Amino acid sequence: MTAQEPCQPSSGCQCPSTEEGSRREFLGVAVAAVAAALTGCEKLSAEEFLQDKFTELSKDDVQKVIARLEKEYKEKYGKEVKVGNAPPVPGTIFGYALDLSRCIGCRRCVHACVKENNQSREPEIQWIKVLELEKEEGVNLQHAEQYYNPDEVPREGHFYMPVQCQQCKKPPCVKVCPVGATWREKDGIVVVDYNWCIGCRYCMAACPYGARHFNWGEPTIAAKDVNPETHYLGNRPRPKGVVEKCTFCIQRTRQGKYPACLEVCPTGSRKFGNLLDKESEIRYVLENKRVFKLKEELNTQPNFFYFYGV
Amino acid sequence: MSTLRNFSRFITDTIRIITTGGPIYYAWVALLLLLIGVGANAYIGQLHNGLLVTNMRDQVSWGFYIGNFTFLVGVAAAAIMLVIPAYIYDWEPIKEITILGEMLAISALVMCLGFVMVDIGRPDRFWHIMPAVGRLNWPQSMLAWDVLVLNAYLVLNYFVVTYLLYCAYTERHYVKKLVTPLVLLSIPMAVSIHTCTAYLYNGLASRPFWNSAILAPRFLASAFCSGPAILLILLQILRKTTKLSIKDEAIFKIAELMAYTMGFNLFLTAAESFKELYSGTEHMVYFQYLLFGVKGHNTLVPYAWASIICGAIAFLLFLVPKTRTNWVTLNIGCVLIYASVYIEKGMGLIIPGLTPDALGEIYVYTPSATEISVAAGIFALGFLVFTIMLKAAVPMMLGEFTINRSPKLDAAAAAKSQEPA
Repeated sequence: MTAQEPCQPSSGCQCPSTEEGSRREFLGVAVAAVAAALTGCEKLSAEEFLQDKFTELSKDDVQKVIARLEKEYKEKYGKEVKVGNAPPVPGTIFGYALDLSRCIGCRRCVHACVKENNQSREPEIQWIKVLELEKEEGVNLQHAEQYYNPDEVPREGHFYMPVQCQQCKKPPCVKVCPVGATWREKDGIVVVDYNWCIGCRYCMAACPYGARHFNWGEPTIAAKDVNPETHYLGNRPRPKGVVEKCTFCIQRTRQGKYPACLEVCPTGSRKFGNLLDKESEIRYVLENKRVFKLKEELNTQPNFFYFYGV
Repeated sequence: MSTLRNFSRFITDTIRIITTGGPIYYAWVALLLLLIGVGANAYIGQLHNGLLVTNMRDQVSWGFYIGNFTFLVGVAAAAIMLVIPAYIYDWEPIKEITILGEMLAISALVMCLGFVMVDIGRPDRFWHIMPAVGRLNWPQSMLAWDVLVLNAYLVLNYFVVTYLLYCAYTERHYVKKLVTPLVLLSIPMAVSIHTCTAYLYNGLASRPFWNSAILAPRFLASAFCSGPAILLILLQILRKTTKLSIKDEAIFKIAELMAYTMGFNLFLTAAESFKELYSGTEHMVYFQYLLFGVKGHNTLVPYAWASIICGAIAFLLFLVPKTRTNWVTLNIGCVLIYASVYIEKGMGLIIPGLTPDALGEIYVYTPSATEISVAAGIFALGFLVFTIMLKAAVPMMLGEFTINRSPKLDAAAAAKSQEPA
């Protein structure tokens, strides 16, 4: 099978234009104006500036915030973007398992993820990194190659290991965040409040899996490419200067659907389900296959597992 | 009421004294303002385009800004190198000049806060991290701790400096029972700011280069040799250009203390290097990247060795009493140790901590023009803060500028005759 394009090493990125129509209908609060000047962001409203952390908002406030965001997205992309806030389903803890003996490194998952989750296309952000590893070396990250680009995959003597957020039970990123802008939900998904994150990037230093990504520039997505089915804590379009990460497609999985990366996988390497459900496929894998966790020695306790299916 | 009136006179007189000076003073301030302008201009560009204009990326997510921040926390902490001999050993010659160390600490902290501010992606949300108004993730996050201790240390030093100068201005003796405990308190606080900053990195199991128990001791040891190096040069300048009397023995005493901390710093660096290189586990790759390069990537190698060699030469110069008390070799030693620690904390700590990244990728980072311009602006801001504090403090300390010798016409003349360079 042919491999899709890797994300190029990001040195040569162009600065995207940040010119957008001035939207100052909320202007009037001086402090927000000063803050707007501070960020160089022409459209910071007083409501946005003063918004409290998501977990501290009342139900009414959440609705107001969502209405505001939907209005902003409509103005920006010229189409309806729905921002959901579905809570965790009780009795659910999501788990993911990836079959290293099946994965062929085609990167279909990488690009399906970008499409589903509204990542910035320029500069390009990808939540899944597929590592090409040498069979002789095993899982040795010092021998990993992310930018492999042969005519055909899999390459002789190599195997492939996609890495994304491992949704740790003890997430170091959550522990270090100085403002509590990221936390682990009851269903085990680690989320970020993009409206509370200050962009200090401490979580990125703390994450052992390189799973956190920063919006170094203004994120750009063509209006036609915007996925309008979003979640506040997941794939809604992000602002500049904040951190984002894989949420197991929170907007899909909380509605009983599979993550986009799983659906697109042509080899069936990806398994997903409720760890608390004894009948689930994920439980079958954990109970019957040889499973390991990436960087187990760090005791982050991932809910993302790797296994050898055959 | 009279205190209030005196204090407002103190403020207005201070403003007057810092706005009047000779041509050298004006030229120096103008140069600093120019650099601040260059930095501000670069920063506006960064605000507009995002941190994309830096060379930081997901792989190396912290760089020059945070390196400078770390170095300057050390400078701020080093003020207590004057406090310890002065107050613990009751050594009079240094006591008179501890206020200079405290002013240096204030300037360094201003720069620290500046570097944090320019590094964050959403400066408009700075209030989220402020104690009381924001939602500090304390005690979990080491960064939350750092915010608290850095601000407390800034307030403490600012209070002590202002109080001492106000007393000098009103020709009263300061209340010892108030000042001594505060100055003594500044010792554990100085240790805590640098320890917290070290723990910030130290606590990350994902980065083996930082995840070493001697990181905090190394931070302290290196800070206590680089910070005083700045002070030593500064003291020599001040006593040449003002009437401030600073005894030789005070300078040599500080130099002697520095020799111990430098030796200790080198020892700790050697201990860390030995452990990594001899045991040769997979964690060695970060040290390798720093000292020898990995897979042909060796940008850091010359810096790393320059730092080690400068540190070793400076140590020898400070260790031998003859070279320690010779002004030429002493000053060479000061410059060398400053350079050594600046490289070690700037390029040598943050970058190898993040290279190779968590998934083994090597992204070669060097600061962009924007990063260098913004950093120059912040350094200029720190120097400006220090300059104007000195401008007001020196005549007050000398008793030339007080409430009774209120400076109207004669003050301008007096100020002109004693410019700090």
